[in-house]
Amino acid sequence: MRILCPYCGDRDAAEFTTIGSAPPPRPAPDAPMAEWHAFLHLRDNPAGLHAELWQHSQGCRQWLRVMRDTRSHAVAGAEACRS
Amino acid sequence: MRYSALALLRHALTDNRSWTPAWREPTPKSAYDTIIVGGGGHGLATAHYLAKEHGLTDVAVVEKGWLGSGNVGRNTTIIRSNYLLPGNTPFYEHSMKLWEGLEQDINYNAMVSQRGVLNLFHSDSQRDAYARRGNAMRLAGVDAELLDAAQVRAMVPGLAMEGRRFPVKGGLLQRRGGTVRHDAVAWGYARAADQRGVDLLQNTEVTGIRIEAGRVLGVETTRGFIGAQRVGLAVAGNTSRVAAMAGLRLPIESHVLQAFVSEAVKPMIHTVVTYGAGHLYVSQSDKGGLVFGGDIDGYNSYAQRGNLPVVHDVMECAVQLFPAMSRLRTLRQWGGIMDMSMDGSPIIDRTPIDGLFLNCGWCYGGFKATPASGWCFAHTIATGQPHALNAAFRLDRFATGAVIDEKGAGAQANLH
Repeated sequence: MRILCPYCGDRDAAEFTTIGSAPPPRPAPDAPMAEWHAFLHLRDNPAGLHAELWQHSQGCRQWLRVMRDTRSHAVAGAEACRS
Repeated sequence: MRYSALALLRHALTDNRSWTPAWREPTPKSAYDTIIVGGGGHGLATAHYLAKEHGLTDVAVVEKGWLGSGNVGRNTTIIRSNYLLPGNTPFYEHSMKLWEGLEQDINYNAMVSQRGVLNLFHSDSQRDAYARRGNAMRLAGVDAELLDAAQVRAMVPGLAMEGRRFPVKGGLLQRRGGTVRHDAVAWGYARAADQRGVDLLQNTEVTGIRIEAGRVLGVETTRGFIGAQRVGLAVAGNTSRVAAMAGLRLPIESHVLQAFVSEAVKPMIHTVVTYGAGHLYVSQSDKGGLVFGGDIDGYNSYAQRGNLPVVHDVMECAVQLFPAMSRLRTLRQWGGIMDMSMDGSPIIDRTPIDGLFLNCGWCYGGFKATPASGWCFAHTIATGQPHALNAAFRLDRFATGAVIDEKGAGAQANLH
């Protein structure tokens, strides 16, 4: 699996670490518990295109938002989270 | 047909031409009392115990491929009940007891081999943690022994013990743990369930779940609609997709776990050994191949294949523990899709939809749980209430905070 880093180019996935799905917007601190529960625990877990966060930890150390197909592992695109 | 030494002899005399199929190929009825979605280990075990323990035989198991085509044939065949937390230990110990009587129960040779499971520790603090787990196990009536380095050396001669970054200081041994021939578990349960009248519907994929006024009515399949009073889902890595057909969003991520088999060698490792400083578990099959695996790849996947970084990591761990393995060639490698839950523990429970039951979240420990999972799921479906053994495996525990987090890793599925 390879990821096209916007800073470093096409690099092997071994250089990256992931924390999984790109999370939805964080609920407000006083949001109901049900909202926090959904934010923290529930996942769409799609078979297909999946937005997720990867850090290029052995490269530029930037956090990337990666679109990846969970059926084929093909990376459709990656953009820096800061942009 | 019952299997026996006499039957083997009789069939040998007729050149083994008179064996008949182990189960029927029924046409689906228009409706059943209970439908189990998923013809893997857990689904087939559920069907068997529904029929045997609860007298429910108007049951169908609906499987999209062939029986046992998923994780029951993709694991590393290890069974154990060496858990720490009270929500887990009695459940897995019940599973171990069912393993011990399985072959007599289903009249099928599942090659249950209680060769022991040895968890190695590599530091004083890890020894303390393992001693604590061993004590918790013994308090729950599970066997556990703490071995020192000399005892480990005598038990597993090929281990690299010293002169390493992580020297082996000892191990926690569960002698009743071991391995089971995994495919035979699926086939044995399938045959036993079939003999009690359960219909096993292969090549029948569920495409929808029909629900009306909050109550399940049956499942849409590639062979038409099949009605049911009760539907149980036991579909492992595909749980999120099938549950989505019922409008459920679950605390589950699907991840790929790889496993490996080496070429066959003479007897070398006669127990199951796990590495405490990396992540590796290895045993030797009766054919001589070393069967081993490590961590999940760490990213969501439905691909049933993994990537090289984890292959590299697993091989490194293997060679650190058993330097002789560096000379071996890998014969086979594959991946299975794990239903990783947010606390690393399973879910066997009702759902907010009447008549719809859920069995999932096995992470990468589902195989050892097969008998108890089926037993508890059958109880939950038949009585409408969880059994005391699976009372902690609730679907709502993430919302209430009553999670069962063996690793203490928090709501991060790829760390469990």
